[in-house]
Amino acid sequence: MTIGLGHYLTVAAILFTIGVIGIFINRKNVIVILMSIELILLAGNINLVAFSSFLGDLVGQVYALLVLTVAAAEAAIGLAILVAYFRNRGSIAVEDVNLMKG
Amino acid sequence: MFLPAIFFYLFAGMCIAAAFMVIAAKNPVHSVLFLILAFVNAAGLFILLGAEFLAMILVIVYVGAVAVLFLFVVMMLDVDFAQLRQGFLQYLPIGAFLAIVLLTELVLVVGAWAIQGTVQQAIASPTPPIAQVPNTEALGHVLYTQYVYFFQAAGIVLLVAMVGAIVLTLRHKPNVRRQNIARQVERSKATAVEVVKVRPGQGLP
Repeated sequence: MTIGLGHYLTVAAILFTIGVIGIFINRKNVIVILMSIELILLAGNINLVAFSSFLGDLVGQVYALLVLTVAAAEAAIGLAILVAYFRNRGSIAVEDVNLMKG
Repeated sequence: MFLPAIFFYLFAGMCIAAAFMVIAAKNPVHSVLFLILAFVNAAGLFILLGAEFLAMILVIVYVGAVAVLFLFVVMMLDVDFAQLRQGFLQYLPIGAFLAIVLLTELVLVVGAWAIQGTVQQAIASPTPPIAQVPNTEALGHVLYTQYVYFFQAAGIVLLVAMVGAIVLTLRHKPNVRRQNIARQVERSKATAVEVVKVRPGQGLP
């Protein structure tokens, strides 16, 4: 019943897969795509913290903190771009983005 | 002995179920709420791993800021979400196929690795025993000394993100009166006040 490193890595792998598949099946909804990216980054963070904990090295947690920062910045910028795009076109359909041309 | 395992399976199961509902929910508001649930459970996993500070940061940053930002945007944009889900079934078969392939590969990798013996000597900053130094204090000792430049780089990333988000969403409306400090300062008594002599009984023209 002991929970080892492999258990955590499996959870992170499943989360990562769910994130990637979320990008695939929600091709039109940018908001869900952004949330899927958050899930992928969370999976990476779980990996970092699990290795940090099981190897007894604190640097993994420092790096996880940086990943958290980048994830928050990415969410803010992504949603800002989304709002600007919605004001321009009145929809958030991703497949029309290439019509903007610069 | 059993308690950590029970909590691990509870948190991990809830986290994965919530993550699945994030991509499967029909209503994006429900997606955001399930995202919050997934992050809270991930914070529980972090606590089980002994990373208490990161768990609290995860709750504060994600539940308090990012998820609320998502909720705000979902509710602010007037989008027909039913129309956005049209291709869902079309992409589902290839999505499921890719999921199986990716998950198999990842689990094979997870199942086949082993930690090399020399890793123990290569540890950059060993975790002190948690009974002597709490996790937050130990992280602070490492973060503010050895990795202070990384810390500042993270601050710059956040600053750039803030400036970028403001620049992207700020709109200048033409008919809004704003404070003009230069004009306020250059106003003098001569330009601001006009003295008018009013004769009794006549009033102003």
